Order: sequence, then structure tokens, then C-alpha cells
Amino acid sequence: MRRTRSISQLVSALPFVLPGLALFAAFVIGPMLYSFRISFYDWKIIRPERSEWLGLANYARALGDPIFLRAVLNTAAYTLITVPGQMLFGLIVALLLDQSIRGRAVFRVVYYLPVITSWVIVSLLFEYMFVGQAGLVNYLLRDVFHLMKENIRWLADPILVFVPIDLLGIWKGVGWTAVIFLAGLQSIPDHLHEAAAVDGAGPVARFWYITLPLLRPTLVFLIVVLTIGGLNAYISNLLITDGGNPLDLTHFVLTLMYEATFTKLDFGYGSAISYLLTACVFVISVIQIRLLRRQVEL
Amino acid sequence: MSLKTQRALGQLLTYTLLLLGAVIVVLPFWYMVITSLKPQSYIFEIPPRLWPQEVTLSNYTTALGKDLFGLYFLNSLIVAVSSTALTVLVSGLLAYAFARFEFPGREALFYVFLLGMMIPPVMLIIPQFIIAKALHLLDKLPGLVVVYVTMNLSMQTFLLRGFFEGLPRDLEEAALIDGAGRWTIFLRIVLPLSRPGIAVVTIFTFLYSWDEFPWAHVAIKETTRRTLPIAIALFQSQHLTEWGQVFAASIVALIPVVLVFVLFQRYFIRGIATTGLKG
Repeated sequence: MRRTRSISQLVSALPFVLPGLALFAAFVIGPMLYSFRISFYDWKIIRPERSEWLGLANYARALGDPIFLRAVLNTAAYTLITVPGQMLFGLIVALLLDQSIRGRAVFRVVYYLPVITSWVIVSLLFEYMFVGQAGLVNYLLRDVFHLMKENIRWLADPILVFVPIDLLGIWKGVGWTAVIFLAGLQSIPDHLHEAAAVDGAGPVARFWYITLPLLRPTLVFLIVVLTIGGLNAYISNLLITDGGNPLDLTHFVLTLMYEATFTKLDFGYGSAISYLLTACVFVISVIQIRLLRRQVEL
Repeated sequence: MSLKTQRALGQLLTYTLLLLGAVIVVLPFWYMVITSLKPQSYIFEIPPRLWPQEVTLSNYTTALGKDLFGLYFLNSLIVAVSSTALTVLVSGLLAYAFARFEFPGREALFYVFLLGMMIPPVMLIIPQFIIAKALHLLDKLPGLVVVYVTMNLSMQTFLLRGFFEGLPRDLEEAALIDGAGRWTIFLRIVLPLSRPGIAVVTIFTFLYSWDEFPWAHVAIKETTRRTLPIAIALFQSQHLTEWGQVFAASIVALIPVVLVFVLFQRYFIRGIATTGLKG
């Protein structure tokens, strides 16, 4: 009896499930498995049947390729700078906005503007501001704040080019991070703060002993999501370094993957790179969640 | 120091910091607007000015007249609107099945969909390219739409399931007793009651599809099928120094996004706050 009921439920649920399931199978699950397979071949896009089995050679090639290792380093540095940067400024903005002040809605819209603007537009904008000769940033640093004597050629230097890229990553992400922090802050009951204030705790003590511990779940969530975003950064680098210039020293993992695949048509190598990155993202996320959860339970 | 002055000082500090932050956020946008209004001969003026000496709309007229800009705008609009409508429909159907049917394997299937939120989208690009090629979807706007809908499916189904489960069951049960079918209930009761949830899905999917670059960059090579993000990026790489025109085009591309955001920002903020959607 129960069995027939659940089967009839399944039958009537099918039309609701099928369209989504078909799309998901065709464009997410299928691709995942397919690219796993490709990563073991010298894949011929025009004539796949002539693809040559390479075993783990694509993976070995990536791990021995100085350009790939440099890209890993660049991506790691970007993540290590932009994740704490976004979190610090996002938290400050959220704390400032979590008060009864006038113009809250306006500030919220303003801080959120970079988030909704496409990566293409803001990347080009930062490129223009950091132009060596007549760029706004050089002008401000040299002539307005007198911090340096010579113009800096930000975009031509394989290290300095990450200044605009990293600043852009922080600048674009603060609004979103702040909104998530705000939601976390508003879930903390007011009476905790009031009770602590009655007991004589100052704002700093209240932040340290009440706000921060209760924000733990928000912090875990943000660290994981922002790290995934950082490791997957792509558009800003592609546009600002013009695809790894100079000398392929400035790639991120994904711009390298893009170049290998769609410029050099080396689909197997590109797939191996994307699987290495995905494995990395997965392991790092699991470690972060484990570590941070454990601290919550202590 | 009295409590009152202390509070006043605190307020002053808050406003100062908030304004400082707002200046840092707005300055690049301001510079973009100013640059778009400068004649080409002032683009690399030394020193760069934050206030134009000569204002001209020539960048707008040139950029918008050039390179089929109107067509790119239309392409973006078609892709964003149809991706959004389809995402609402497909994820709505899925979410309703997860929220209101009891079929074997329901939770397992739901977790499979959640997996989609954890996969870095760019790793899918290579096989998606191969599959789209096999299905003859490359260089076509529907090829963008199916991928955008799929990439949004997990998040939006997750969001809508939560929303549907929060709806009171009484109405639906009453309708069932009156002989209404599941479809009637879904279309006539569940969807109309879920307007705030659907608003969030709409806004997110619209912004995502309007701004998306990596997939469009790979899937579209045909000039007439470009959407705005690829058109702007390619325009800049072809006209390296014509920043005024690049930013004029960018600002026109930004207008719908800002409009949608300002109009719906209350839903928007609530949506992000409750689901942690990445904007």
C-alpha cells in the first residue's frame, strides 16, 4: 500500500523534476565526468576518436611546468590577500551600518555598486586608473600625496600588476561580505549586548566576547565562499595582464587553463589543470570547515 | 566626557568612516563617468582631471553607433530575460517537487543538486564547450541561455524550496480536496504566493546573465551574437587607447543593472542575507 503510494508520488513528481534534472545532467554532471576522462588524453577536439591515451601525463606535466607553478603561486597570493581584505573591510562596514543612523539604505546601495557591476567593466576601469604615464593612481601618489618621485609602471611589472588586481578583488567584494556580516550581526540578540553593558563591558570587550564568537558561523561561511571565489578568479587577471603578460609570469590557474584549452587547443592539459584546481578547492574547503567547526564546539 | 558628547563623537566617527569608504567606492565610478565625457585628446592628459574641462557626448554617439552596439545590447537583453524566465520556471518546478512530493530518493537527489553549488563553474567550461558543440549550440544565444539556467539551478532551487516549504499547506490541501490538480495548484496558488522569493531569483539570475563573461567568451565567436561583456572587452582590446568610448559603452551597459538593483534592493538584500547567494 505504502509502496504504491510512493510510486504514484514519484510518477506525479516526474514532470516537475525532469526538466531541471535533464539540464543538470547534460550541463553539470555529464561535463564533470567527461572532462575527467579528457584529462587523461591528448584530446583531439576535431576528431576525438584519434585522441591518444596519456594516463597521468597531463597532470605530471602541469606539476612540472614552471608557468603552472607560478600561476598557482599568483592565485594563492591573490586569495591570501583578498580574502582577509574583504573580510576585514566587510566587517568594519557591517559594524558601521549596524547602527541606527540616517542614510543607511543609501550607503548600502553605494557599497553594493561594485558587486553588481560586471567584472569586465571594473577590470578595464582599474586598468585605466593604473596606467603608467597619465594614470590617476600615479598622479594621486606622486603629485597629490607626494609619496613617490617617479611614476610606477604598474601594468608592465610581473609583481606590481597584482596591486590593481588584488585591490580590485577587495574593492569589488566588500559590499557582499558586509551584507553577509550584517545578517550575522542582526541575528545576535540585543539583550546579550545590553546585559554585558550593564555589567560594565565596553564596546571593545563586547565585540570581542559577544559579537565575534557569535559570528563564527558567518565567518566560516565567508572564509569558505571567498576562498573558493579567490581560487577561481579569472576575468580581472585575463583583462589586466592581457593573458599572462609579461612572459606568462602573471597567470592565474584559470587564465592558464583558458590559454591552454582555447588558444593552444590542448584540451587534455586544460582539463587536467581544471581538475587539479577543483581538487584543491575541495580539499581546502573541507579543511577550513573542519578546523573552524571544531573551534565552534570548544 | 559626558555620555552625550561620547555618543555624538561616536556618531561623527561612524559618518566619517562611512563617507570615506563611500568615496573609495564611488571614485572609480566617478572617474569612469568623467572619462566617458572627455574628448579623446584629453584621455591621457597630464595631470588627469576628476572634473572635465570640456564636456562632450561624442564618445557615446561614436561607441553606440560603432560595432553593432545596439545589437549587443539586444542580445544581452534577450539572453538575460529568457535565462531569467526559464530559471524561475525550471527551478520553481524542481523546488515544488522537493517541497511537496514524497518520492523515494528525494533527499539524495536534492543533495546531488546542492553539489552544483560547490563545483567551480569554470572547470565545467571545457566539457560544456564540447557538449554545446555536439548539440550545435555554439555561436547561438540559446547556447548561452541553457548554460546560464543550469548554472543557476542549484542555488535557486535551494532558495525556492525553502520558500515553498514556508507557505501554509491549508490552501493547497483545500484545493486538492476541491479536485484541483498539482499543476493548477502550482500555477495558481504556489507561484502567486511566492512573489518575494521569485523576485529574488529573478534579480539574481538577471544580474548573473547580464554580467556573465567566461562562458560567453568561449561559446560566442560570431560577431553578431556577442553580448555586452564580451563586446566591451573585445572593443577595448581592439581600440586600446579609446577609453572614453570603452567607458561610454560600459555605462550604458551598467544602466539596466543599476536600475534593477535600486528598484528591488530590499528584496535583494533580504535574499542575500537569508541564502548567502553570491551576487
